[in-house]
Amino acid sequence: MLKFLFALVALALSVPAGGLLAGLDRKLTARLQSRMGPPLLQPFYDVLKLCGKSPCVSNPWLVFCSFVCVTASALALFLFYMQGDLLLLFFVMTISAVFKVAGALSIPSPYSNVGAQRELLQMLAYEPLITLVFVGIASVTGSFMVADVYAVETPLLLQLPFLYLALGYALTIKLGKSPFDISACHHGHQEIVRGVLTEYSGPQLALLELSHWLDTILILGLCALFWHTSFVGMVILLVITYLAEILVDNITARMTWQWMLKNAFGPTLALAVFNILWFYVR
Amino acid sequence: MDIAKKLTEALGGYINKGRVKSPWVIHYDCGSCNGCDIEVLACLTPVFDLERFGILNIGDPKHADVLLVTGTVNHRNKAVLRNIYDQMPDPKAVIAVGTCACSGGVFQDCYNVVGGVDQIIPVDVYIPGCAAKPEAIIDGVVLALEVVKGKLGLQPLPKTTVFE
Repeated sequence: MLKFLFALVALALSVPAGGLLAGLDRKLTARLQSRMGPPLLQPFYDVLKLCGKSPCVSNPWLVFCSFVCVTASALALFLFYMQGDLLLLFFVMTISAVFKVAGALSIPSPYSNVGAQRELLQMLAYEPLITLVFVGIASVTGSFMVADVYAVETPLLLQLPFLYLALGYALTIKLGKSPFDISACHHGHQEIVRGVLTEYSGPQLALLELSHWLDTILILGLCALFWHTSFVGMVILLVITYLAEILVDNITARMTWQWMLKNAFGPTLALAVFNILWFYVR
Repeated sequence: MDIAKKLTEALGGYINKGRVKSPWVIHYDCGSCNGCDIEVLACLTPVFDLERFGILNIGDPKHADVLLVTGTVNHRNKAVLRNIYDQMPDPKAVIAVGTCACSGGVFQDCYNVVGGVDQIIPVDVYIPGCAAKPEAIIDGVVLALEVVKGKLGLQPLPKTTVFE
């Protein structure tokens, strides 16, 4: 019961945390481009404004999809806080992404459809990587439960360093950061209208934004599992990972989806498999 | 009942704050000479940095709050302009950037030219200039926010809608 309450509180706190993280991201990005950047609370202003926009829905399916998307993201994060099954968490996370695509495909707009197809390609690239990361964690701990990670005495990073790199790769694709901002770009004018987000407007877009915040927290939570032994180590690992993400986002330009698939299925997958084999041989 | 009413009011207040702090802009070029377009893009550079005010240049009318129009309206593109305006959800504001968009400028009596943007859609703020300076465009967007505040009933409407 206590665990359940703790998970609920943590989930509630994740929403403002995700928003602040998004704000920090925009601020740092602006500083890297020698701009002032928006205020730290800008993502909250954006979401509040979007909630107040008049409805502009081309298909009722869009509304349903945006609700399922944010619910699935929240449920995946909740499962993580409940220290549940990593595989279950993975499937729930996929539901969120799939419904985002389904909503975009429900409209015959070519822009939204192109974006949706590209989002599917992104999923194709990151899902095998994340699955392998979970398999790697399971091969160290002996089960797919998050709770069992805490029973291990040494940090997972020392046993699975290459797998962590693969997770970083998957994180960049999942969060849609450069060079993998293929389906929808967060900043600038390098997009076919707005990719997968084209047809979502007002409150629906706000829900998708919320789901993005929750996904960010979940992925960072997965990264945190790699240094569970000390709180300080965990924080240092997360800060370095996220700063590296922002840096890569700013120094690279968007690449093609062919390049993304080639790299995700080539070197990165090989790195992940090598790490798991290496762990067994040792 | 009382608490529900207060909550709604508080939420409305926050949403209005968001509206003022996060105007997303869509830029439509109605056949401008590209002078004003380049100045609009200059606003996004580190020198002027529109994002300080939460302003983003967004390519999608369904996400945008402010429509920036440059150039004279002609008979070929008036339907497109109308369409983009209609696709934007409320509340929204329209800014005519540059002399051509305000009145038709030097082209106003040409046979193919309809005139300023206000012949087709309601314009909230006019920014004259050939080309309009980036500073003027930023101030114009901020003035448009005052107009939006006025429309929402948060304060009286500004005395002028022409940025000079």
